[in-house]
Amino acid sequence: MKRIYVHEEYCIGCRLCEIHCLVQHSRSKKILKAFKEEFPRAVSRVLVEEHGYLSFALQCRHCEEAPCLEACITGAMYRDKRTEAVLCNEEKCVGCWMCIMVCPFGVIKRDLESNKVGSKCDLCLGEEMPVCVQNCPNEALTFEERTET
Amino acid sequence: MAYALYPPEFRIERDRDRCIACQVCVRQCANDGHIYDSEDDSISSDESRCVGCHRCGTLCPTGAITIRETPMHFKANGNWTARALRDIYKQAETGGVLLTGMGCDRSYPIYFDRILLNASQVTNPSIDPLREPMELRTFLGSKPDRIELDPSVTGIRLRTNLAPQLVLETPILFSAMSYGSISYNACWALARAAKAEGTFYNTGEGGLHRDFYPYGENTIVQVASGRFGVHADYLHVAAAIEIKIGQGAKPGIGGHLPGEKVSDQISQTRMIPVGTDALSPAPHHDIYSIEDLRQLIFALKEATRYSKPVGVKIAAVHNVAPIASGIVRAGADMVAIDGLRGGTGAAPTTIRDNVGIPIELALAAVDSRLREEGIRHRASIIAAGGFRNSADVTKAIALGADAVYIGTGALVAMGCHLCQKCYTGKCNWGIATQDPYLTKRLNPNIAERRLGNLLRGWSLEIKEMLGGMGINAIESLRGNREHLRGVGMTEAELKILGIKSAGEAW
Amino acid sequence: MNYTIIGNSAAAVGAIEAIRRYDRKGEIVVVSREPYSVYSRPLISHLLAGHIQENRIFYREKDFYKRNRIQTFLRREVKAIQARSNHLLLDDGERLGFEKLLIATGGCPMIPPVKGIDRRGVFTFTTWDDAKEIRRYVRENPVESAVVIGGGLIGLKAMEALMASGLRVTVTELMDRILSATFDKKASEMIERQLKARGVNLITENTVEEILGSHNGIEEVLLKDGRRLKCQVVIFGIGVFPNIGLVKDTPIRYNKGIRVNAHMETNISGIYAAGDVVEIPDILLDTVRPIAIWPNAYRQGWIAGCNMAGTPRRYEGSFAMNSIEICGIPTISVGMAEAPENGFEIIQEFDSKSGTYKKIILKDGVIVGALFIGEIDRAGIYTGLIRERIDVSGVKDILLREDFGFISLPREYRKHLVRGEGVFL
Repeated sequence: MKRIYVHEEYCIGCRLCEIHCLVQHSRSKKILKAFKEEFPRAVSRVLVEEHGYLSFALQCRHCEEAPCLEACITGAMYRDKRTEAVLCNEEKCVGCWMCIMVCPFGVIKRDLESNKVGSKCDLCLGEEMPVCVQNCPNEALTFEERTET
Repeated sequence: MAYALYPPEFRIERDRDRCIACQVCVRQCANDGHIYDSEDDSISSDESRCVGCHRCGTLCPTGAITIRETPMHFKANGNWTARALRDIYKQAETGGVLLTGMGCDRSYPIYFDRILLNASQVTNPSIDPLREPMELRTFLGSKPDRIELDPSVTGIRLRTNLAPQLVLETPILFSAMSYGSISYNACWALARAAKAEGTFYNTGEGGLHRDFYPYGENTIVQVASGRFGVHADYLHVAAAIEIKIGQGAKPGIGGHLPGEKVSDQISQTRMIPVGTDALSPAPHHDIYSIEDLRQLIFALKEATRYSKPVGVKIAAVHNVAPIASGIVRAGADMVAIDGLRGGTGAAPTTIRDNVGIPIELALAAVDSRLREEGIRHRASIIAAGGFRNSADVTKAIALGADAVYIGTGALVAMGCHLCQKCYTGKCNWGIATQDPYLTKRLNPNIAERRLGNLLRGWSLEIKEMLGGMGINAIESLRGNREHLRGVGMTEAELKILGIKSAGEAW
Repeated sequence: MNYTIIGNSAAAVGAIEAIRRYDRKGEIVVVSREPYSVYSRPLISHLLAGHIQENRIFYREKDFYKRNRIQTFLRREVKAIQARSNHLLLDDGERLGFEKLLIATGGCPMIPPVKGIDRRGVFTFTTWDDAKEIRRYVRENPVESAVVIGGGLIGLKAMEALMASGLRVTVTELMDRILSATFDKKASEMIERQLKARGVNLITENTVEEILGSHNGIEEVLLKDGRRLKCQVVIFGIGVFPNIGLVKDTPIRYNKGIRVNAHMETNISGIYAAGDVVEIPDILLDTVRPIAIWPNAYRQGWIAGCNMAGTPRRYEGSFAMNSIEICGIPTISVGMAEAPENGFEIIQEFDSKSGTYKKIILKDGVIVGALFIGEIDRAGIYTGLIRERIDVSGVKDILLREDFGFISLPREYRKHLVRGEGVFL
């Protein structure tokens, strides 16, 4: 399946990926409205880690054997048949946070406003390419299919 | 503490309706020009730090930032321009030499903009480069006085031994930019693009990093006055060697890479201790006469067993023609002439802007002189110094250049916005810096792609222009001043350039 | 091939999904004594509290059994496993033959020998039916207060649900603090304070000895120390133990739970076991014991299913981990909560203003326990570090910082994980 791969040598820590992810998952999908008029503000699914001059963007790896899928007590976490992405059905989620406990990448976030929903990367369903990859100014994120060795 | 007497050069205009306080500008400005206030979730700017590099404006996701020149005008004065005033204010404060980067930005006449090309009409029909083969291939090196052929049963064989030649698929090379003045990723991109497009890049006086040895076939190594990084492997891996006598941006003076920029990698590449200033003296301290130069040329040829061309690079100064003549007679296979507008990582502003002559005049003078003396064939001429587009390249070739070096043009292709602050080491685009936080910004894949695109785009345009003139090989244009006409030039200028005025037929 | 599964919860679903991945044709049979399609057992407290409606409790979609072509025997109980003849004997005498069997019978609620447990109003709290009955009883009878026996995870979940129903609740706990198996002293104390502030009557170092009342129901309970508490409902929320009743008269080996190898197979070839009923390697404590949590059940079922369908896979063991929100405070506990003896290093951060507590236990530079109260963001990273046994001695001082992450760890670990290869937990 096509996954987002991270090239930490090119990440410049600008966090444009976080901004565009937020906009993509906002109600209006327009950057000015999403930031200035929507409350609560949408949550970015990608997180940029930074340490000194090193940085890179981290989001759900859509693992082949996803721990979050196995740990989810309600069955809210499921795998999309077409893209093979691991998605969260927010209506089923009860906020038990088992997924946060088992995700070794720590990329699932609590939606603090509703306090009951886990948000994670959904590979921007419906878009040809995830918006973080599209908008990275230094091509530090790529969307490709790699055969596992 | 005394206030600065002059307003900041740039004004940062932030459209508050568009600013979403995402802080990309805050993170990306290497000069800390933008500050985030967490109390009221807003961003303010400190104009005194802005160098006008446009990094913030380019990356802003809502286009909220515009950089303008500060609109505080001095009273109009034809003599005391705003710039002249600023320079004095600055110098009065610092008491030092005013430094700058890149090439001369004064409005001296640009002769390329006063030279026009020809096109075929009626007779000698134009050629369509998309349908007919067009040769841009260029050979740099010493050409023999005559060719002797051996007829044999199987065909004609060349008896004359040819001097070593560089083969270029397009008459454009990447000019000398040292590792130290530009970043590792920038050097890498230049090397990769040169290899991909079948041309060459120049190491500058910083030596050659071991990681770039695989690109040796496309590398011209420089032996400059500081002799940084010059050792046996360095000479052997390269395709050609260039002795640097001078540089267009700062003729007559040497170079200086501040100790802060001499990192571990640079120390190894240049063969100097970490943290020491890398000083290139003005003259080579073993070259005080043309005979000394000849000795060095042949020492290098001997060391490399006459297997590669050895060239000499000089700055375009008043007596460039006899100097070039001497250099060719000294045995150089190539002469590179760097004009007034050549770029640099750091130079005193006053030298950069007032010393040297434009490449157009220098090139024409050298080409004419060498032809007059009957030695034009003994060395290839490479022109350098502020080539902005394919038309400049074509005109230069018509004036007599074998090929053209682009330096500033290549950096702009990689993202440079010509803020002229290279000497601070805080290049926001990751090009003229060694700061690991900043060098990440230049993705060598993207840079290589852009450089390749530039070369290919210009090459296509050159073919179009050639085709328009009814020529299908660049060799036919070389030194062919008949294809040029001048506009708005004086008699003396036309004479030196060796071209007619627009309107004059043969 | 016939695959028969006793049980219809997480382990069963894991096995079904694994089997169907590798064997689309084989016959799958599920026998369960509960009458429902597979539902999420941990959600029964949400149901009792009224936080979710009944339609949200199902773990998979309605057509799960049809889509996976599973024959179900619901509301049927297996009376015996005839291992030698590969048969199950059901409650009504029917015999079901199997080729591969998975025992996923889960756990039984622990019920200590207390007098009066047959009275009306006494409940355990492990099934949907339990939740339904408690709900109905509270609705149909004059219930004002309840006693929950057991201050562990199950007991506190029951307590929260009863509070949400408007009852006054007393919790009795044998140890000196609640959640003694999951939290350390400080964390327990933080939660106890919250409970008391909400009016919960917390009685530690005590337990119920007798439940007293009339034929109408419960009137009061008698505690070990002699005190009496008035109440109308008693819920046993002590915990579960593996439901191994079925294997007792068979050659299948068991200890605390059914013993399985790394392929989740018992000592009898073709018979597998998974979920709360088994005992597995605890890779932190270096023992073999049941670790009854939902993620383990699913994973073990999955591994069992893979092996049953002919694709050999190994189960790598597990360790204690729990995520539970009590009184609105999110908590995550992974691995050891207390350092057992010397030789362990503890790093902790406590902020009383925000009510957050974070603690990491290290041994020889490797994390063996992580505890988060109030702030649980990215807790899974530590779970991963525990499992992979990464030496974090070089980054000890930034372990609990907000910006701690992969960037702080050695590049090889980063590259390995961020490449996106399959991850096991």
